[in-house]
Amino acid sequence: MKREMTGAEMVVQALKDQGVDTVFGYPGGAVLPIYDAIFQQNDVRHILARHEQGAVHAAEGYARSTGKPGVVLVTSGPGATNAVTGLTDALLDSIPLVVLTGQVPTFMIGSDAFQEADTVGITRPCTKHNWLIKDTNDLARTIHEGFHVATTGRPGPVLIDIPKDVQFATGTYVAPKPSASRYHPPVKGDINAITELVAALETAKRPVFYTGGGVINSGPAASQLLRELVDGTGFPITSTLMGLGAYPASGKNWLGMLGMHGLYEANLAMHDCDLMICIGARFDDRITGLISAFSPNSIKAHIDIDPSSINKVIKADIPIVGDVGHVLEDTLKIWKARGRKTNAAAVGKWQAQISDWRKVNCLAYTQDKTTIRPQHALSRLQELTKDHDRYICTEVGQHQMWAAQYLGFEAPNRFMTSGGLGTMGYGFPASIGVQMAHPEALVINVAGEASWLMNMQELGTASQYRLPVKQFILNNERLGMVRQWQELLHGSRYSHSWSEALPDFVKLAEAFGAKGIICSDPADLDDAIMEMINHDGPVVFDCLVEKHENCMPMIPSGKPHNEMLLATDETSSAIQSGGAVLV
Amino acid sequence: MSALNLKKGASKHSAYNLRPTFSDVDERHTLAILVENEPGVLARVIGLFSGRGYNIESLTVAEVDHTGHLSRITIVTTGTPQVIEQIKAQLGRIVPVYEVHDLTVEGTSVERELAILKVVGTGEKRVEALRLADIFRANVVDSTLESFVFEITGVPDKIDAFGDLMRPLGLTEVARTGVAALLRGN
Repeated sequence: MKREMTGAEMVVQALKDQGVDTVFGYPGGAVLPIYDAIFQQNDVRHILARHEQGAVHAAEGYARSTGKPGVVLVTSGPGATNAVTGLTDALLDSIPLVVLTGQVPTFMIGSDAFQEADTVGITRPCTKHNWLIKDTNDLARTIHEGFHVATTGRPGPVLIDIPKDVQFATGTYVAPKPSASRYHPPVKGDINAITELVAALETAKRPVFYTGGGVINSGPAASQLLRELVDGTGFPITSTLMGLGAYPASGKNWLGMLGMHGLYEANLAMHDCDLMICIGARFDDRITGLISAFSPNSIKAHIDIDPSSINKVIKADIPIVGDVGHVLEDTLKIWKARGRKTNAAAVGKWQAQISDWRKVNCLAYTQDKTTIRPQHALSRLQELTKDHDRYICTEVGQHQMWAAQYLGFEAPNRFMTSGGLGTMGYGFPASIGVQMAHPEALVINVAGEASWLMNMQELGTASQYRLPVKQFILNNERLGMVRQWQELLHGSRYSHSWSEALPDFVKLAEAFGAKGIICSDPADLDDAIMEMINHDGPVVFDCLVEKHENCMPMIPSGKPHNEMLLATDETSSAIQSGGAVLV
Repeated sequence: MSALNLKKGASKHSAYNLRPTFSDVDERHTLAILVENEPGVLARVIGLFSGRGYNIESLTVAEVDHTGHLSRITIVTTGTPQVIEQIKAQLGRIVPVYEVHDLTVEGTSVERELAILKVVGTGEKRVEALRLADIFRANVVDSTLESFVFEITGVPDKIDAFGDLMRPLGLTEVARTGVAALLRGN
């Protein structure tokens, strides 16, 4: 199909042809023609954020919860620079986004025009790829290529910068044609390497699956295949923050999350295993702890679609470059064809060892009658919401780790959190994007009061679109994780880590037309959570919790997995100067 | 591709041949990177090196296939084997990068660099400069009564050596192109 139309019309037509139903954005001078084209149609819905960063995080929430690319439309200059944090967040967590930015007219580029910024220059290191369009005839093809690049291989954000004169000019529209792209990273893994992995599965005595966001990015089929492989072999499985839900938290082989604030049994299994099967994870520093002492006696298999993830941090003994879904399919096929063998006797002993570690009960806490412990708040939230069609977002900090520890994720695409970049202010707009994609679902953003304030303007968006997002704020009047590190590393000198002059969250919610709930008494907690769930509209839940709670267990910086601290340990000298320089 | 003297698809092997790495000794590698000749592609490649803290010892770039829209970037870099593998894998991720070749491991290669040097002097020094230029097969491309401009091609070591010899003879300016390299054979 070839048709003449303006650049602005092309943008809308291309979005329709790509199956886009929702765009998150904020208008401005350099995108007015596109907003005019949006005004004149009803197929693509536009959601007005209150800040461009909010628009990008909302698109991330939409993308993570649906597996489809999130789409953002913002103006030039400040519109584009405000999108940079979201782009970087999406790049580090491999989230597919297509961000369209307006630009000053081509004949004004380089003249320091009003609201001009070198958008492709600024976003080059924080996108998977970006384009500046100089000719309307290139626009449709480039938008289609943008969708292809964002969603193919290791997903990521792309940005297309569209000068205003390109939007006004007329050109020829072309329909999507994926084969037109030269970008086709291979998805099938090397069969010899996969066979090597199967042989290792058959003989391993102390195996562990270590899975990550790559399983979720690969699509629901990959999670199904993972479950089949894990349950077939009976091997224990742990996951990174990004991979939670790929294997169900109620599954019998589930160890819980691993890493800096991972579970004791998960980290010890990683340290003592003889076969580590890393699937779609990247040995991030939150996972490995001290690299020289990381899982010293194991054979490491590493499945990743991105060759640069392999051998970047930890040397892989069995490297497999490919899409998780394809590789797992081949692995299962070969493992079954060879007779579904495992070293069951040895694995049984290994499971017994893991059961002993489990008895440490590293997430234990005591709830008294006076102050709500944050762990308790999340345990109750889990209990009262687990049977709902539920999506969880988080901000970044202690509450994020507690959410990962105390909430159970049974399915992929149900947990939206900023892992790689650690973006405070991510969760609220992300919850808006999730709710847009799943209007009937219960969408909860587990937040800290400090993170939440970073993008609280999005309360306007939630109110405008009547999105019943639940903002569950664990309010300790502190930057909890910063405070914790200052206690452990900086002699309890709490430099600027308390939240002075906090708003009255109930009044704040009401000022935006939302519902506010405050709860400080453990006896009222269940009723208050039920009130939040049952309210048909946005809720800001101000949960006043213990102010000095530390997030445990914890692998101190510069320590290996087997030296992790439990809540009962003495923490005062836990981190030495060598670890203090690490983040 | 034959005009470029590169094996088709060879980059996949260079990126995926995950040979044992993790030695601490720095190695010098010459990489040939075939890229789509689009705006900003060089900035992407250079930004990768600066952003991730890799070294660039030399860099050359030019369009080599006008109809195919292909440019060839030749980069000489140093790093441990692990870092070199990372560099190649990271380059391979850049969308308009089509092929990454590590000429240092893929076989023997021909490396050449061109330099232009200005040597100012009179009398005995001037004669000596011309005599040495002859030995190094450098051409005189400009001359006044008090100066020569020499053009020399060769491996970087040869150019270094020529420059060192010219310095006491009145070397005032040098311009070097950086290394261009191709694999030997077909």
